[in-house]
Amino acid sequence: MIEVVRPGPLATVQDLGRPGRAHLGVPRSGAADERAFRLANRLVGNPEDAAGVELTFGGAALRFHGRAWIAVTGAPVPLRIDGRAYGTHAPCHVAAGAEVDFGTPSSGLRSYLAVRGGVVVDAVLGSRSTDLLSGLGPAPLSPGVRLPIGSSEGLADISVDLAPAPAIPETPILRILPGPRDDWFTDDAMATLTSTPYEVSPDSNRVGVRLDGPPLVRARDGELGSEGMVTGSLQVPPSGLPIIFLADHPTTGGYPVVAVLASASVAEAAQLRPGQRLRFRS
Amino acid sequence: MRVLRAGDAALLVETGDLATAHRLNAALRDTPLPGVVDVVPGEQTVLVVADASADLDRLAARLPRLPLPGDAEGDADPVEIPVVYDGADLDEVADLTGLSRDELVRRHSAASYTVAYLGFSPGFGYLSGLDPALHVARRESPRTAVPAGSVAIAGPYAAVYPSRSPGGWRLLGHSGLRLWDVSRDPPSLLRPGTRVRFVAKERP
Repeated sequence: MIEVVRPGPLATVQDLGRPGRAHLGVPRSGAADERAFRLANRLVGNPEDAAGVELTFGGAALRFHGRAWIAVTGAPVPLRIDGRAYGTHAPCHVAAGAEVDFGTPSSGLRSYLAVRGGVVVDAVLGSRSTDLLSGLGPAPLSPGVRLPIGSSEGLADISVDLAPAPAIPETPILRILPGPRDDWFTDDAMATLTSTPYEVSPDSNRVGVRLDGPPLVRARDGELGSEGMVTGSLQVPPSGLPIIFLADHPTTGGYPVVAVLASASVAEAAQLRPGQRLRFRS
Repeated sequence: MRVLRAGDAALLVETGDLATAHRLNAALRDTPLPGVVDVVPGEQTVLVVADASADLDRLAARLPRLPLPGDAEGDADPVEIPVVYDGADLDEVADLTGLSRDELVRRHSAASYTVAYLGFSPGFGYLSGLDPALHVARRESPRTAVPAGSVAIAGPYAAVYPSRSPGGWRLLGHSGLRLWDVSRDPPSLLRPGTRVRFVAKERP
């Protein structure tokens, strides 16, 4: 059992979300940086889809009522167990009654806590993920909330001491694939998108990363019929400023998608901080 | 059909119209293709989301050649949604359309609707088939909370709010029918292609 002492700016339970129901208006949700989340689970011998905790800007404190194995990945965050410093990207043992404290990450935005056995809060539509757009799943964590831990029976042994932590660059370069609606924009728009840095706006969240920078100019007027949207879409509302869709993005939308992030770049987008600059390349 | 790339793991198929989008959706649900995770119809498109194992080039070549059913819904009975027409915006919509309240209600409950697609919130179906005389713009400023079961219209669409949420559509009435219930499988009463009728009820 884990008791939330304080959640930091935002902490939610996440797993790999609710794929397969987008046609009913159910967002995929799940860990925003899926790569870091899967790694955390592997480090403690869990299946990759076991639920864990996604921290936003660290700052959390958790009390463990029983002993446990944990691993923290994603944004590198100062980690203390009963006051003693531990590294991220490595399995750590937590004694019964110990408090695990997270500082503020030195880079990146979202850190992941996996606990051997997984967090076993009630699932909704096959997932324990908190979906902040539609309100499905458990509420964001608040002080006093208790998270039960599942059985570790039958799990793989913990076999890795330390995983390499990918460095989070100061100005990430995200790879995009043009389309499906690049023809709604001028040729200049694609040149602008791939040659000028953009800045992450403070009103970004798990739904999307809002960007400030040069607006993208449309080549045609009119309205696009609503169509399905994928994670990593760069949707362009009338302001011309693209929004990168993350895990809790709406399933359909009526603004054109100028380009979509390469799957490998979605994890980097999920680690972008407000005020940070980024570039796109095709 | 034109098949567009939506990144490295999804295809957006332009079907040209809603009926063909529903027929392609039906074909992909009747005979799921390997590696396909999500199939999402839109107004004139079907988004096909694949997992990492899928070969997108093969999928892109295969999709336009799939045999489509003649009619996505066959002869399934329409879902009947009982409505008490007591919505907060009835008078406003009557003014905007120049129709009397009775005529407005009559036209809204006389039409046959089809769920074009879902979005906005889980179980929120955009119903096509609204009488053109009832096409009105959204409210200038959306309400911060619209109760679940609210029956509403905006632009060419009708809808029922499946859960409490903010919303800018014009409210005509309410229904006690539960459109969305996470303990049900499937949780949504509506899915793309479902036919719908509204049935006027007296105030309880």
